Amino acid sequence: MAKITFITQENETITVEGNSGSLMELAVNNNVRGIDGDCGGVCSCATCHVHLSPEHMETVGSPSEIENDMLELDDNVSEYSRLSCQIQLSEALDGLVLKVAN
Amino acid sequence: MENTTDKIAVVIGASHAGVNLAFNLRKEGWLGTILLFDADPALPYHRPPLSKTYLTSKNSEAQQPLKPMESYKKENIELYLGIWVKKIDRKAKQLSYGEGRAQNYDVLILATGARPFIPDIPRLETTKNVFPLRSLEDVQHIKKALDGSKQKKIVVIGGGYIGLETAASLKKMGAKVTVLEREERVLARVTSPELSAFFTDLHKKHGVKLRTNISVKSIRTVGETQQVLCSDENAYQADVIILGCGIQINIELAQAAGLTLKNGIKVDGICKTNDDSIFAIGDCTFHHNLHYNRYVRLESVQNAVDQAKIAAAAICGKEVVCNSIPWFWSDQYDTKLQMVGLNEGYDEALLRTELENENSFSIWYFNGKTLLAVDAVNNAKAYVIGTKCIKNRLSLDKAKLKNPQIQLKPATIILE
Ligand SMILES: Cc1cc2nc3c(=O)[nH]c(=O)nc-3n(C[C@H](O)[C@H](O)[C@H](O)COP(=O)(O)OP(=O)(O)OC[C@H]3O[C@@H](n4cnc5c(N)ncnc54)[C@H](O)[C@@H]3O)c2cc1C
Ligand code: FES
Repeated sequence: MAKITFITQENETITVEGNSGSLMELAVNNNVRGIDGDCGGVCSCATCHVHLSPEHMETVGSPSEIENDMLELDDNVSEYSRLSCQIQLSEALDGLVLKVAN
Repeated sequence: MENTTDKIAVVIGASHAGVNLAFNLRKEGWLGTILLFDADPALPYHRPPLSKTYLTSKNSEAQQPLKPMESYKKENIELYLGIWVKKIDRKAKQLSYGEGRAQNYDVLILATGARPFIPDIPRLETTKNVFPLRSLEDVQHIKKALDGSKQKKIVVIGGGYIGLETAASLKKMGAKVTVLEREERVLARVTSPELSAFFTDLHKKHGVKLRTNISVKSIRTVGETQQVLCSDENAYQADVIILGCGIQINIELAQAAGLTLKNGIKVDGICKTNDDSIFAIGDCTFHHNLHYNRYVRLESVQNAVDQAKIAAAAICGKEVVCNSIPWFWSDQYDTKLQMVGLNEGYDEALLRTELENENSFSIWYFNGKTLLAVDAVNNAKAYVIGTKCIKNRLSLDKAKLKNPQIQLKPATIILE
């Protein structure tokens, strides 16, 4: 079980727990505003964009090439950007805080 | 219309368009009731995985709902699933469903999408193990039939995206797959000859038999298997037959209600029909695309989602303009296709293959200097740059674009 916190653009803080699946699914299942997941999690839509805090970058890892390219679709991209559908939930992510990019 | 708590918004069709519309209505501040009707009894789900990951997954519970049940409750969106809407009475602003039930509306949204087109083939209706592929139930039937078949011989009728994705998925599952296509190439209706050629090769490499220029004449059942009799005088053996012959849009409700139709339900820039209280969104609409300045009918998640946003905002009284660039994706084997724009009317298809990886390429469609569309295969970079160039109507240096020695970057290929 990992506890994940999403902070939306409206500054709503939503902390939820999950075991498996992607962070996008976790967000959609918990009504996190700004994470739409339109393509269902296949790295095709970039509507699941989040910003990590710098200290979490190492635990989560960096994006794959295609994810990196897709992130460029969004003007809001930074070095801490990830597409949340490409991050699988695991114990290791416990305590993660993510800012929804849109 | 005033946004008050006593108003009722009714949505017919709870799929990509209808569900997104309902949630967007709440986001835009709709105070009244929201009712979502769908004939499909399943909690609304993502359709694209049906021919891709859901088909190959062993777990038949693994379908992806668009939203979990709790979200509908939380946003106070009432689901009427497994219910067919029969008629719209525009004068009374009322629709009828079920056994003599009626429901009033203040605003009605048609998100009725499409159903599979069933070709006119003798004995098709009565043949066992013939399935279209559009709904969750269709895929569950296919999985079951496949489990029950010994030889796992599959014939897919139709080489469009759904037919080809299904072929790829079934191949992955160990089936022997033949695709029969009536046109001279697969994907003929939806893409250029260049891209069709690539997908033809891809499927052949994976051992799928592709037969083009072929039409199915009839089907004969011999014992447990079917024989698909074709115009080339061959009989293709099949335990399971998949129909991938395109779609037929669900416009009968709109038609009976006297709404304006033209290759779909005709809507204006905010997705309103010729009746001020009725909107239409998604696959069933014939709408104006601002960027390309023409009317189109699109079959894609992007269009369903974007129109849902526009219509919801408009219903809540916001000023909106829809200026979206169509995009689409398809996943087959390990190949990812991403398309952006509409290539209709192109006079040049420029191919760029990346040096490091011959499986990564892109086709750039131009009309003169204007970039119309990009098809990117295993090349998200081309897709993203293409999107930006189309959106902002940027001019490109074609010579540089074509040259794989020159890196694909906005700075190198965009003309000042
Ligand atoms: C197998 C498959 C793979 C696909 N892959 C992709 C892809 O990779 N990328 C992509 O962009 N798009 C893909 N698509 C297309 C995409 O799924 C559609 O464009 C999208 O579903 C359109 O959404 P919609 O809500 O407009 O219509 P639909 O999804 O067709 O939904 C319409 C709904 O309305 C209901 N309905 C209709 N009439 C009535 C009535 N009278 N009463 C009650 N209910 C009614 C139907 O039951 C249906 O659920 C795929 C489609 C399929 C089938
Ligand atoms: S859900 Fe589409 S890219 Fe993540």
